[in-house]
Amino acid sequence: MDEEQIYQEHVLDHYEDPYHRGRARHCTHAHEDDNPLCGDTVSIELNIDPQGRLREAYFDGDGCCISQASASMLIEKFDGRTVDEVRRFTAGDMLELFGAKLTPNRQKCCLLPWRVLQSAVFSPVKPAEGAGGKESNS
Amino acid sequence: MTDATCSPPSLDPQTIRGDFPILSKVLHGGVPLVYLDNAATAQRPRQVIQAIVETYEQHYANVHRGIHWLSDQTTDLYEQSREKVRALVNAPTPAEIIFTHGATSSINLVARSWGDANVRRGDEILLTEMEHHSNLVPWRQLAERTGAIVRHVPVTEQGTLDIEAFNALLSEKTRLVAVTAVSNVLGTINPIGEIIAKAHQAGACVLVDGAQSVPHLKIDVQALNADFLAFSGHKMMGPSGVGVLYGRRELLESMPPFLGGGSMIRRVTLDGFEPADLPAKFEAGTPPIVSAIGLGAAIDYLNQVGLDAVTRHEQDLTRYAHEVLGELGELRILGPAPEEKSAIVSFVFHGNRPHAHDVAQLLDRNGVAIRAGHHCAMPLHKRFGVNATARASFYLYNTRQEIDLLARSLQQVRQVFRRRT
Repeated sequence: MDEEQIYQEHVLDHYEDPYHRGRARHCTHAHEDDNPLCGDTVSIELNIDPQGRLREAYFDGDGCCISQASASMLIEKFDGRTVDEVRRFTAGDMLELFGAKLTPNRQKCCLLPWRVLQSAVFSPVKPAEGAGGKESNS
Repeated sequence: MTDATCSPPSLDPQTIRGDFPILSKVLHGGVPLVYLDNAATAQRPRQVIQAIVETYEQHYANVHRGIHWLSDQTTDLYEQSREKVRALVNAPTPAEIIFTHGATSSINLVARSWGDANVRRGDEILLTEMEHHSNLVPWRQLAERTGAIVRHVPVTEQGTLDIEAFNALLSEKTRLVAVTAVSNVLGTINPIGEIIAKAHQAGACVLVDGAQSVPHLKIDVQALNADFLAFSGHKMMGPSGVGVLYGRRELLESMPPFLGGGSMIRRVTLDGFEPADLPAKFEAGTPPIVSAIGLGAAIDYLNQVGLDAVTRHEQDLTRYAHEVLGELGELRILGPAPEEKSAIVSFVFHGNRPHAHDVAQLLDRNGVAIRAGHHCAMPLHKRFGVNATARASFYLYNTRQEIDLLARSLQQVRQVFRRRT
């Protein structure tokens, strides 16, 4: 495998200029995880409406180009899509979305945001004093 | 074969490289391997590989068991290796050298055996912030079993131990000080002699983690008055799967056996057992026979080159690496000045971009093998506010040219990202 292929333009684009890196304004669902092997972290905040549509999708994190760029690609793809679509999106789909071929070790970097998103859609944040849909994360 | 037998003032890495088959490997269709990951594991010279092959082909049976010629042969080789280890660290007797499966298992042996027998609720175990996980987790586990308290000597911004803080943390409650002789991330050479003397004054035992020091620096357990010394074979050109625990005889004799099984007993009845004498008492089951014999060959090789010459060569490489990496102007090198450290140079790009993993991946393109990550020292990385560093670490076969290539490759790494901003 040619390592250079990993650092393709579109990967570097997402790394240097990520899509929706930040916090959701009205977060209803959130999850955070890390890759203990390398210490990379990704957190995702979502606003999911009662119809199951992702009204807002944001990520934050710290880590290598692969984990952060793949988070950006993933958030860009699913912003505005539905929970069902997230659920149907497999690990294989994620690697395909990323594009560049990865060794098994770096696949873990790429799949970290995917894992976090899969959990986030089922992780409602504790409703802050009353109804859901409030800013409740800290 | 090296011609370094007459212990020359310095070593010739080019001659030495001829002994290491793996170093002539060509990667990715055309780039030579530049192996700078020695703190993770070293490479082996042909002499060690040959000793392993020869043992399997000519001398292999189980040790201390067979009343037959082959078993005697193997036992002799195995015990000769123990004597070589004894001489390397200047232990008083070979009975105080226990073969284990690595530094980690040596430390766990002490934590389980000595620790469970000697550490009580409220006692204190003093570690440092720069320990490898293998010198943190066993003590944390011991604390969980016993109710002991674990304390940590802080690390200064320069990457050295805060000795004032050590003095203050040490008390009559301290039962054990467990400290690394050399940091596997910062390269810092710790003042082990001073630490041991002060710990003993306070009535505490000291375990020295020698995984990063024994392969590179002379150590004398009697001069240091160390209670325990743990190290691995694979970081000093020996095979993987063998390590060493040195322990002072009185301590080892007073400790209960750790693993139970064959070899570690004098006599077994259905109601009980009587443990064997040292060192067998701590070598339950079939030991890593061939790995231990291979370690003996590695020690022969190290002696032949001369450990002092190895140390001097590495000091030159470390100074040089600080110089050329410093010239890049974009790196933060963690740890003290080259004079105060062993052959380890850990760094991050300013702002941690590009990330250490991307650095390692891109260096690999040029055949340069370094380590990226937390190097099994997460608390230390937290202390320095980074979650990963890139680490280049050297050994006797590395050259200045390889460090030049590292520096050039790092410039290229920067280019991959810089062209976009």
